[in-house]
Amino acid sequence: MDDKPSFAGPKDYFALLKPRVMSLVIFTAFVGMIAAIADGAKVHPGLAAVSLLAIAVGAGASGALNMWWDADIDAVMARTIGRPIPRGLVPKSEAAGFGMLLSALSVALLALASNYVAAGLLAFTIFFYVVIYSMWLKRSTPQNIVIGGAAGALPPVVAWAAVAGHAPLDAWILFLIIFLWTPPHFWALALYREGDYARAGVPMMPNVAGEASTKKQIFGYSIILAVAGVAPYATGLGGLAYLAISSAFGAGFLMLAWRVLKSEPQSKEAPKQLFAFSILYLFALFAALLAEDIAAFYV
Amino acid sequence: MSDAPDLSPEAKKKRGHRNLAIALGLIGFVAIVYLVTILKISGNIGAAG
Repeated sequence: MDDKPSFAGPKDYFALLKPRVMSLVIFTAFVGMIAAIADGAKVHPGLAAVSLLAIAVGAGASGALNMWWDADIDAVMARTIGRPIPRGLVPKSEAAGFGMLLSALSVALLALASNYVAAGLLAFTIFFYVVIYSMWLKRSTPQNIVIGGAAGALPPVVAWAAVAGHAPLDAWILFLIIFLWTPPHFWALALYREGDYARAGVPMMPNVAGEASTKKQIFGYSIILAVAGVAPYATGLGGLAYLAISSAFGAGFLMLAWRVLKSEPQSKEAPKQLFAFSILYLFALFAALLAEDIAAFYV
Repeated sequence: MSDAPDLSPEAKKKRGHRNLAIALGLIGFVAIVYLVTILKISGNIGAAG
């Protein structure tokens, strides 16, 4: 127990949930949910909203558990030093308890509001992010975010299962897009934050395989991502508007990945541009699917 | 229970905010579980009817 008086307010506990990551989870899960409904699944809007809340809280709980486990790393990285535990606002033990409590509540709530398939998938997502990624892979292999990316890619699958009771191929295509998007996204970040990760002893690709190898791998993943990005059109999940947007943004992604590949060693500009564009890319693809599905409800 | 002697007014204020957030969280959770139960039961009645 930590007997020091705590100066943490509710917003510090909210910060433990990684609100920015949570907002991306809510968005991708919402798109998965709407796609399932457009595919014929029937669900009460109230139950869908509660399911989405449970998925968001589950994601937040994994964030809190990640901050508990990685408090030592967070304390030496410029990007994470302002988090509540390194600042001494929230004791580690409280972050752990908070994360575990929210994990249990979110899974139970999803089971209650939807079904056991979705609840099981959410529990697996939390387990994968905390145990497989944070505790095992993050400090042991430069493939950490490649494999660990599965946790971040699962929310639309969980959401699809929450309203449909199962997760068909289209749900896994959404998973695949986020999964393939993760390596170039994080390696672009790691290229211009290399010193941060090296200082913390996290084996990110640039400080293990080197800058040149990382750039080649970013380009390789970008090619596969650009192809996977148009896959929803092939299965009928996306329409012509989606095809146009995913092709255009896929081409943009490839162009920026090419620039990274050809950039000068230690150059930060091209990786920064790719990192920023990668966020826009994912948003654009999922927003296009959402817009098409919503438009279809009214046509 | 009594306050720790070294609890500053700032720490007391933060503790009050935390307690309020826990209370609101618990009320919210109970309300959500109630809502889900009602929606599930009404859905089942609708399906049976």
